[in-house]
Amino acid sequence: MPDIPRGNRPLSPFMLGSAYRFQWTSATSILNRITGMGLMVGAVLVVWWLMALATGPRAFALADGVLRSPLGIVVLVGCLWAMWYHLLGGIRHLVWSTGRALEIHTAIRFGQAIVALSVVLTVLTVLVLWWR
Amino acid sequence: MGRFVTARKRAENLGASGAGTEHFWQMIVSSVALAVLLPVFAFTFGSILGLPYEAARAEMARPFPALVTALTLLVGLWHFRQGAQVVAEDYAHGLPRKALVIATVVITYGVLAVGLFAVARLAL
Repeated sequence: MPDIPRGNRPLSPFMLGSAYRFQWTSATSILNRITGMGLMVGAVLVVWWLMALATGPRAFALADGVLRSPLGIVVLVGCLWAMWYHLLGGIRHLVWSTGRALEIHTAIRFGQAIVALSVVLTVLTVLVLWWR
Repeated sequence: MGRFVTARKRAENLGASGAGTEHFWQMIVSSVALAVLLPVFAFTFGSILGLPYEAARAEMARPFPALVTALTLLVGLWHFRQGAQVVAEDYAHGLPRKALVIATVVITYGVLAVGLFAVARLAL
């Protein structure tokens, strides 16, 4: 059996951009990747804070000050939303892996649900931590 | 060598990846663990952040916050290492792909090592 020529076959365009209309399925998919990559920022900040706490009061004052500054809080709340979104997106993938909820209409509704739920859970988490 | 191998032959046994479905399965196992660990960690870390130095040290010396933090870092960064490799393999090819995968592994284990060292020092 001869090898199939590869390399000069036409490729479908990337899911974002002028080639396609907005789709919930592609938007929630790429958002899952972006939040997954972005959570590394949160991991680095948490590890920096832990290492500063283990080092001493002066190192802690710097790291703690940066994390609790207005910009730091915006980044941490962003990471919290990314965590909830990526967690819900991951559950969606676990459901898909069992062969369920793959119909286009269901997949779109599921996508809208995780976007809404991620915002609700982020607000609830912030409120609980604020009024502790 | 790969030039004369048919698509069918490449897909047999362990497939084109050469590693079968192990990577996919590891993502499933770590995602289930993280679905439990991450909310617990968020509330644990969130309630310690904001405490003064001595109080934060005392909290991180307790078994529960220390174990939750260590496990979340271990499983979370392992999950990131696997996931970021898939992203690199999707968008980059050839040498940049290899460089990105190597960078992912090095950075992930670096952050993990610092994090676990800090938790151990705070807890013990």
